Amino acid sequence: MTQHNQSRDREGAEQQDLETMKRQSSRAASRDPMGREDRRDFWLFISPWVVGFLLFGLGPIVASLVLSFMQWDIFRSPGWVGSSNYREMVFDDPLTAKAIWNTFFYTVFAVPLGTAGSLAVAMLLNTKVRGLAVWRTLYYLPTVVSGVAMAVIWRWLFNPQIGLLNRMLRPFLRLFDLPDPAWLQSPVLAKPAYVIMSLWAIGGGMIIFLAGLQSVPQHLYEAAEIDGAGPIRRFRHVTLPIITPVIFFSLTMGIIGSFQIFTQAYVMTGAGPENSTLFYVLYLFDNAFRYFRMGYASALAWVLFVIIMIVTAVQFAAGRFWVFYEQEA
Amino acid sequence: MKKRGRESFLRWGLYQRSPDAKAHGKQRAKIPRKRLPSPFSLVVYAVLMCGAIGMLVPFLWMARSSLVTADQILKPCESLGDFVPSPARPRNFPEVFEKLHFWRCLGNTTFITVCVLLGTILSSSLCAYAFAYCRVPYRNRIFYCVLATMMLPAVVTLIPVFIVFRTIGWIDTFNPLIVPAFFGSPFAIFLFRQFFLQLPRELFEAARVDGASNLRIWATIVLPLSKPVVITVAIFSFMGTWNDFMGPLIFLNSEENWTLQLGLASFMGLVTTDWHLLMAGSMIVLLPVLVVFFALQRYFVRGIVTTGLKG
Repeated sequence: MTQHNQSRDREGAEQQDLETMKRQSSRAASRDPMGREDRRDFWLFISPWVVGFLLFGLGPIVASLVLSFMQWDIFRSPGWVGSSNYREMVFDDPLTAKAIWNTFFYTVFAVPLGTAGSLAVAMLLNTKVRGLAVWRTLYYLPTVVSGVAMAVIWRWLFNPQIGLLNRMLRPFLRLFDLPDPAWLQSPVLAKPAYVIMSLWAIGGGMIIFLAGLQSVPQHLYEAAEIDGAGPIRRFRHVTLPIITPVIFFSLTMGIIGSFQIFTQAYVMTGAGPENSTLFYVLYLFDNAFRYFRMGYASALAWVLFVIIMIVTAVQFAAGRFWVFYEQEA
Repeated sequence: MKKRGRESFLRWGLYQRSPDAKAHGKQRAKIPRKRLPSPFSLVVYAVLMCGAIGMLVPFLWMARSSLVTADQILKPCESLGDFVPSPARPRNFPEVFEKLHFWRCLGNTTFITVCVLLGTILSSSLCAYAFAYCRVPYRNRIFYCVLATMMLPAVVTLIPVFIVFRTIGWIDTFNPLIVPAFFGSPFAIFLFRQFFLQLPRELFEAARVDGASNLRIWATIVLPLSKPVVITVAIFSFMGTWNDFMGPLIFLNSEENWTLQLGLASFMGLVTTDWHLLMAGSMIVLLPVLVVFFALQRYFVRGIVTTGLKG
């Protein structure tokens, strides 16, 4: 009986608590209606992005996965073919392997060279040079050029007979009795030519590095100098650790971008001599919009997506060992 | 990391001007005030100069080639004087306009760009307002999801998006290039949010107490204060849209709908060896971008520095 009473009392107390809480919260709401309004407005305001992401992001990604198991030329109705697109890619289509190899080659040279180059320029600019703004402008200028214009200009520069590059190289090549390099018309030199062209646009990375370098606290340099560290050791032990996040960022985004090189290749050489500039996205584009093999192209897209995800994941995992974040200090 | 980035941006100019700031090189630390150039700095200037020439030469060569005659372009340049076009042929430019309906292309590109700018600024600033000011659980986590979508390769979504636009009959219209802009871009949302977080809250707390709605605060207080970031976002979406090639290539077919980039690319196939005309065409496509760049440079730098994104 006592027990029963007690439990009823407890129930009553809980009931009361609940009511007080409700009253309090409703009072809070009437005193500060912002909370509820904020919640409503938040979802209302970001709804464009949410809808856009579902329509142009998540939805299409799932759709392309489904499509990759189909055969479809857009004109007739699609048919389910299972994993045959993927099998064809691996076993029966040497061009896919070629495209992966070309893209890989380009990335391996263009991204590290570009990162190193932009870091080097940023470091030179960080030595208290005069006219910093002018230098910065000069180096950044090429990055505003569109891919098409870039391709047109560089095809002209790479022209074997009358292009500027060979005109400048010719005196040196004559010394060693070397022939004019054919650049974009040579299966060997076409990809290096793309790498050279990509180095023209290191200005974007340079600005990020410059900002990173300028945020290195001066007192660290002073302390290192007092400890007797020379310029090289100051770079190795002060500058480098602090800008590792910037290097990491530059490498990650650079790789994602260079895996998707398209415009320059499409305009400048197409597949190029002996398919030497058949880059991955170019091949994907040809399959989708020239041969209308939507299923196969979707499979290609998904393979690229998975490759990019794996590479990025590996980078993040490896980054734990070499990227230094300030909070850890 | 992000906080440091913002700080560095704010201190950008301070480091340059501060008299106590010591140079990194020992040479400068020993003679802090003297303007005598050390051998070290001379080397730096020499290297920088070489690099800058490398950056500029393609532009100069393009400008030169766009002003010469067809046979001048084939001649070898023996001396520096041969690089100067003589006689100059400015008629290359009108010729390009005649051959390729460049006016039409220019109009199309301008129309698309203006619509995209409008859509991006409106939708992204509204989203960013929500991420900056609305007090909601998991707000920042959702924001990081928005940022993560920037890393999605566009190629993966390309084919289904094309199919959808084809089904609703939007191929060969400007809609596929314009409408997505009204759904906000993660990059622009990020820029807006970073700026909004720096605005003093007192400015609109008063409006809130007076019962102004979020929409009203966004429209009448926050947006008018955000001119610098609006310009930054406008520049970057201008550049992205003006220079876009893949989108127009896929969604536009007929010649009267072509954009400038499409026009230039097909011009390349049309007059393969008329390099003087091709270079004149590139100049025409490039000039507006260069003008915008030179006029609004500091907004460029701000945009890149706050986001850490390459242009």
